Amino acid sequence: MLLEITDLAVEVDEKEILSDIDLYIDEGETHVLLGPNGSGKSTLFMSILGFPKYNITRGEIIFKGEDITHLGTTERVKMGIGVSFQNPPAIRGVKLMDLLKIEHHEDVKEELSLEMTEQASKLKFDERFLERDVNLGFSGGEVKRSEILQLLAQKPDFIMFDEPDSGVDIENVELLAEEINTLLDKDKKPGLRKNSGLLITHLGYILNFVTADTAHVLMDGRIACSGNPDEILEDVRKEGFKGCVECCKLMH
Amino acid sequence: MLQTDALKKRALKAREKKAALGEDIELEEFEKEEPGEHEELETLEELPEKYKKDVLNVGVEPTGTGRSGTFLQIDQSGVCTNCQSESIELMNMKDALKKHDWLNDYMWKAVAVDTDKYTAETALRESGGYFIRSLPNSKEIFPIQACMFIGGADVAQTVHNIIIADENSELHIITGCTTGSDIQRALHVGVSEFYLKKGAKITFTMVHNWAEQVEVRPRTGVILGDDTTYISNYILTSPVRTIQTYPTAYCQGENSRAVFQSILSGKKDSVLDTGSRTILTGRNSSTEMVTRAVSNDESQIYTRGHLSGQSQEVKGHLECMGLVLSDDSMIYSVPELEGSATNLELSHEAAVGKIAEEEVQYLMSRGLTEDEAASMIVRGFLSMDITGLPPELAAETKKMLDLSLQGM
Repeated sequence: MLLEITDLAVEVDEKEILSDIDLYIDEGETHVLLGPNGSGKSTLFMSILGFPKYNITRGEIIFKGEDITHLGTTERVKMGIGVSFQNPPAIRGVKLMDLLKIEHHEDVKEELSLEMTEQASKLKFDERFLERDVNLGFSGGEVKRSEILQLLAQKPDFIMFDEPDSGVDIENVELLAEEINTLLDKDKKPGLRKNSGLLITHLGYILNFVTADTAHVLMDGRIACSGNPDEILEDVRKEGFKGCVECCKLMH
Repeated sequence: MLQTDALKKRALKAREKKAALGEDIELEEFEKEEPGEHEELETLEELPEKYKKDVLNVGVEPTGTGRSGTFLQIDQSGVCTNCQSESIELMNMKDALKKHDWLNDYMWKAVAVDTDKYTAETALRESGGYFIRSLPNSKEIFPIQACMFIGGADVAQTVHNIIIADENSELHIITGCTTGSDIQRALHVGVSEFYLKKGAKITFTMVHNWAEQVEVRPRTGVILGDDTTYISNYILTSPVRTIQTYPTAYCQGENSRAVFQSILSGKKDSVLDTGSRTILTGRNSSTEMVTRAVSNDESQIYTRGHLSGQSQEVKGHLECMGLVLSDDSMIYSVPELEGSATNLELSHEAAVGKIAEEEVQYLMSRGLTEDEAASMIVRGFLSMDITGLPPELAAETKKMLDLSLQGM
């Protein structure tokens, strides 16, 4: 098992946001996290990343067999956890180019490697764009593509995507999906896939292009329902999140 | 070096006069070397290797590549003056005064001789310094490089520079001031007077890298004629004992423009008191001041700015952004706007704060440690785009800035 979250409870500013979270993601699997606004989806991401504001009061997170519950963010990332943020901050004076070099373990003083230049142009970034300060004045779509490009540089084993398709036009969703599929080894046969993912999506649109193995519905800080992504999405679309959860209760 | 009795009288009277700002320095505690103590050099390549490294660190290129000329003063002696450009005159002040009678008319006109004891001292001693003049209608894209170097312990170095950009000429100067790596304590007083004739442009980019116990008191005045542009860039990212400077630009000409851009990083127990002042009297004259300051360790940074609009249709903007990185350090931002005519526009914005946690965490989620993330953000914050330079010089300045930031 790549990621094992057991009985997790998380507080932010002394307020409990998540409780009783059990989530198991195996090598090569892609899971989807659904749920209404404020249900705790992003909190779960930040807790897995180990941001200090997210205080784990109960339970444990095991990654690659190691207990990372109280490990710092940098160490977790070095172990192979990656994330694409929904609204990353702009950092003045820090060029996307330099960040890519660091993420790809290149010498900052040397020119960007051919590999990364090609990746960038696949995501429609030319060299001039890479010279810009990261996220500063980027459009919604540029932010998402830059996040995916940085993950391609990092090559993590477990990747969390927070709304990778929000604010992106249809044409670019397909482009992003293609790269997300690359990151998640979707080009390989299921048994040979190594990399795993956890995807937050609001509308589920991206799932038309990225196949998921399991879906979870988060309600009021708990996982209220888990199962086949197509069935759950269908349910949510018909009955709303509440209806879907009711239905889940009947099933179990 | 005083031309008239009246000037001498004023200088003598100001001998004990404390500066308006900054810690008072006992001039008697420093050694007064005479000019001529150091041997003259044809080029900077004749410098001892260890000095070459010191001057390189402040952007001075010993080979002279990419420069139109070189000036070097060691302690009180002007040791190297060479200029390849036919459109620029570069000389020791002493030689220049002998050659040009009219130069007397430019002495102590942009900086008052009795400003304080430092200007008085510079006037009363035989000071070093350079004279640079760009000839009318000339444009030299390669900069002159000037280096003020302190090689002796406890030396009081005084410098008096005159820079004249003649009508419709363009002149670029980069200057690096530094101390030999074996020097602890010294004093540097640099008086610089800039004169821009109609249609002229000067860019002046200065990097300071002093030893930790050096006291620095530059005194600068800039007089701008019609349709002129003066751009000053100042970079300091290494420790120093104290610096106090408050250059003043007099935008007397119509459509004249003065720009001051400063990048400051306070280290150890440095006290940096730097400001800039523009007096806008010419019609449609304008000024911009931008400062980025970061305080580390026990440093104290005062950043001052004074915009004085004294006639109609003038414009000025002052911006100061500061990051306080240690609880024992301080940034004190003092913006002053003074409007004494109708129909003018003066504004300022200042913000002093901390590194945004969200930015640190973002970089940490990409694998940087907390320290690496913070230092990347600080370097980014300081590496503001310096505007107004021709492309070649902009690239060179970027290099100088990167070099300064690397050591952080």
